[in-house]
Amino acid sequence: MLINQQTNSYLNRKFVIITIFVVIGLVFIVRLFSLQVLDTSYKLSASRNILRHITDYPARGLIYDRNGELLVHNEPFYDLMVIPGQVGEIDTVSFCNLTGITIESFERRMQNAKQFSYHRGSIFIGQIEKDSYAYIQEHLHKFPGFYVQSRTLRNYVYPVAAHIFGYVGEASQRIIDNNPYYQPGDYVGISGIEKYYEEFLRGEKGVKIKVVDALGREIGPYQDERYDTIAIAGEDLYTTLDIDLQIYGEKLMQNKIGSIVAIEPSSGEILSMVSTPNYDPNLLVGRVRTQNFLSLYSDTLKPIFNRALMAEYPPGSVFKVISTLIGLQEGVVQPNTRLYCPGYYQSRGITVRCREHKNPVDLTGSIKYSCNTYAANLFRNVIDQDKYKNIQESFTTWRDHVTSFGLGNVFNNDLPYELSGIVANSDYYDNIYGSNGWSSLTILSLGIGQGELGTTPMQLANVAATIGNRGFYKTPHIVRAIDDPENKNSKFNNKKYSTIDEEHFDFIAESMFQVVDEGTGRFSRIEDIEMAGKTGTVQNPHGENHSVFIAFAPKDDPEIAISVVIENSGYGATWAAPVASLMIEKYLTRQVERKWFEQRILDANFINPEKHPDKQ
Amino acid sequence: MRPQQFNILKDVDKPLLIIYLILVFIGVANVYAAEIDGSHKAILDFSHNHGKQILFAAISLLIASIILSVDIKIFTSFSYAIYWFFILVLISVLIFGTEIKATKAWFQIGGFAIQPSEFAKFATAMVIAKYISSVKGTTIKFKNRLKAFILIAIPTALVLMQNDTGTTLVFGAFVFVLYREGYVSGIILAFIAMAIFLFVLTLLINEIYIIAGIVSLTIIISIIIRKKKTEILQLIGVCILLSAYVYSVDYCFENILQHHQKERITVLIDDEIDMRGPGYNLNQSKIAIGSGGLWGKGYLEGTQTKFDFVPEQGTDFIFCTIGEEWGFAGSTTLILIYMIFLIRIVLLAEKQRSIFSRIYGYSVASILFFHFAINIGMTIGLVPVIGIPLPFLSYGGSSMVGFTILLFIFLKLDAKKLER
Repeated sequence: MLINQQTNSYLNRKFVIITIFVVIGLVFIVRLFSLQVLDTSYKLSASRNILRHITDYPARGLIYDRNGELLVHNEPFYDLMVIPGQVGEIDTVSFCNLTGITIESFERRMQNAKQFSYHRGSIFIGQIEKDSYAYIQEHLHKFPGFYVQSRTLRNYVYPVAAHIFGYVGEASQRIIDNNPYYQPGDYVGISGIEKYYEEFLRGEKGVKIKVVDALGREIGPYQDERYDTIAIAGEDLYTTLDIDLQIYGEKLMQNKIGSIVAIEPSSGEILSMVSTPNYDPNLLVGRVRTQNFLSLYSDTLKPIFNRALMAEYPPGSVFKVISTLIGLQEGVVQPNTRLYCPGYYQSRGITVRCREHKNPVDLTGSIKYSCNTYAANLFRNVIDQDKYKNIQESFTTWRDHVTSFGLGNVFNNDLPYELSGIVANSDYYDNIYGSNGWSSLTILSLGIGQGELGTTPMQLANVAATIGNRGFYKTPHIVRAIDDPENKNSKFNNKKYSTIDEEHFDFIAESMFQVVDEGTGRFSRIEDIEMAGKTGTVQNPHGENHSVFIAFAPKDDPEIAISVVIENSGYGATWAAPVASLMIEKYLTRQVERKWFEQRILDANFINPEKHPDKQ
Repeated sequence: MRPQQFNILKDVDKPLLIIYLILVFIGVANVYAAEIDGSHKAILDFSHNHGKQILFAAISLLIASIILSVDIKIFTSFSYAIYWFFILVLISVLIFGTEIKATKAWFQIGGFAIQPSEFAKFATAMVIAKYISSVKGTTIKFKNRLKAFILIAIPTALVLMQNDTGTTLVFGAFVFVLYREGYVSGIILAFIAMAIFLFVLTLLINEIYIIAGIVSLTIIISIIIRKKKTEILQLIGVCILLSAYVYSVDYCFENILQHHQKERITVLIDDEIDMRGPGYNLNQSKIAIGSGGLWGKGYLEGTQTKFDFVPEQGTDFIFCTIGEEWGFAGSTTLILIYMIFLIRIVLLAEKQRSIFSRIYGYSVASILFFHFAINIGMTIGLVPVIGIPLPFLSYGGSSMVGFTILLFIFLKLDAKKLER
């Protein structure tokens, strides 16, 4: 025992350690006694009572137009909820009579609910209307485990702007898996600004804890609502939309396929965005949503498709304004450069046809009368400049000018699902023709806005805005403030300059004014409003040409820039320009004087070919 | 001669073995209870935690019987090798490990994550036992204390670097071992206790009052023992030291602790804190345990744990399920079982003839005690929320296997009754 002699002098220390163990154990037991036996506040009022967590759904944020008019609000409805673990022996038949479902449906719904959870509530019958709710609620006490939870659905004040708002639907399993905020049955914005601003609009869910007896009757709040959380309503959106203009635009576009986009040039705020055929946004709300969605989805005219952002059209003659600006910037043309147009442009077997017009034309005249011959010459002069080593370099310069107007790229703004459009690059032509196999003549159609060019109506309106602003644009956007109308959205406030010097824009704006004043667009001239515009007629291999027009007004310090595309309707001057003209008149004067002019547009039908106005 | 397989239980302490099996069984039963929600799942379902826990228990029993079968010299002779091996593993987990819940303490292997720090505990216990038992002479030199301290400090530092506060604190358990062996004096132990006491007090009361209290106590005692000059001087020294400590605790709390660490402490002492924010876990845990009442709601009848109100209900908060379903009667019984278990280990350790076995036994008791104290203290709101498992009960493979190895090496040492 020699070895242990030294450490054994500490033998008594085992008592200290054991004492510490015992003291801690006793402290725990005393604490547990106070928690579990003395302190009744932790206990539920009776041993078998249970808590029911009722989700308090926040009201989704409201949506207003630019003048403070309410566009989207919420309406209450009710979900019948079930907690399978609390459903005892119930009279299934009388339950089915009460709620109007079949026994098979009851079994199926119960099975689904059990699969979700035995102890947590899930929706048994969704979206019950107010009247049925009152009746069901009255009898619900006979059926333990069932309770009603209120929620709200979207309601759209006007049957317009469906593509802008988008719609709200039940969160998919993928969304639920990726975002812990969402539970099965929760609503989430699926497209449009409902999607983009989802996190602002949805608010914050609250929870009310109710004490429930064994029969499923609510006894009262749990612990004086100490653990309840209040739902926080979503934040309101103040859009840039002018609802009167939007309604008017959708009316003008009735029986037509196409779109209108109107922008306030100085701010990039979208005043209206029309895509037709359209649909009433109220169709995609509530129980009828799935069914309506399917029928809209299978409609051959694709009403769900947002043409303003997702249809790509060659810009046609509208593109001449950009082409001309590039010519001026590159110095290959002067305002007084004159040309005699024989009615066509011809070079090495390639012919571009032109229409008859005054001759000879200077640069302004070429825009005023949309001269293809002039445009073809100008385009070739830009591309064939000696200062560039090869066509790749000159073409890339040209392309950079074009894309600086926002073409060929997405805006990445607050409207989801936009297309970038098409502006082919030199690699594209190298791949087709080989790097030495193409010249300005090969790509001549670009000079008149055809060929490998695709632009969305939104991009075209932005081109008009850029010219109206004399050289810059602000990213077009649809929401100007969130939560508080004064809390301005500054995200899209940057000026984006084009590669064209400011000095050239006054010339082009003046030329565009003359287009409307006495050129191709004179038919759409408005008394007392200086409107600048450019017509376009886009060749359509599948049928009648697309009618295109861009404009801004007033010519100096414009308040509105607009693009109109009407598919299969004919000349830009005949259909798109009048629509733009009416929109501008409506926006600037708040009324339309030219009734016969308006009626002609309202009567036009380009969807049913039998009713095509040019055929009558 | 009896068949080989019965020999492994020869001389093994039956009470400890039985309590071990009881605890494992309670664990599996409550992991199951914490998890099922009405749709009765198969007991042996390896896609769920309770099924895996049964698997872990089976693996643990297999390892336990291997430990009981092998030659004990493997552990006594290779203590250092085992220790350094696990130090290397701890270093490599810092480099190659996977981060789970902000703690970089895991190796991901297939569907399982292994936590090496669970094994570092018994490795450290062995090396301390080995080192202290090898110290010759009758007095403990400073060099010896330093070396023992370093052997503990290395794994502690490595675990701290994993950002695993809970397991780091558990290495504090060796204070008891060092105290028992005379490496730490009673005064230091008292000071540690005093420090913890004053720490909590400082958070509850303005430090001015505490310092005033300490000073007036010093004055009163000085008057009583006014004749003993040296003692009064010592007393004044202690007074200044304690006052400085109280002041610095306040300073550290306000300025040095990170926000989440501060929150975990303030939820304990501040009733008005937002129960849905930082106080949520603790509050739900207290509701679950408190709602159990005297007799509990009955097995599988708990609503609080099953509604997923209580977080980590199968792992760190397993005691909630017991408190809710078995009430005060059940949770007190569990605490008593644990007390008997721990005291039995201490008494057995004292009976050892080899110093190695005694020190190792103390290490086992201290480590298990720390886990027990911190884990249960946390669920009932006496200790800040620190995520460490309740030995043998909490869900988790690494901890189950780690604690089993820790315990059964001691059972083997005890069975062999080493002579040295």
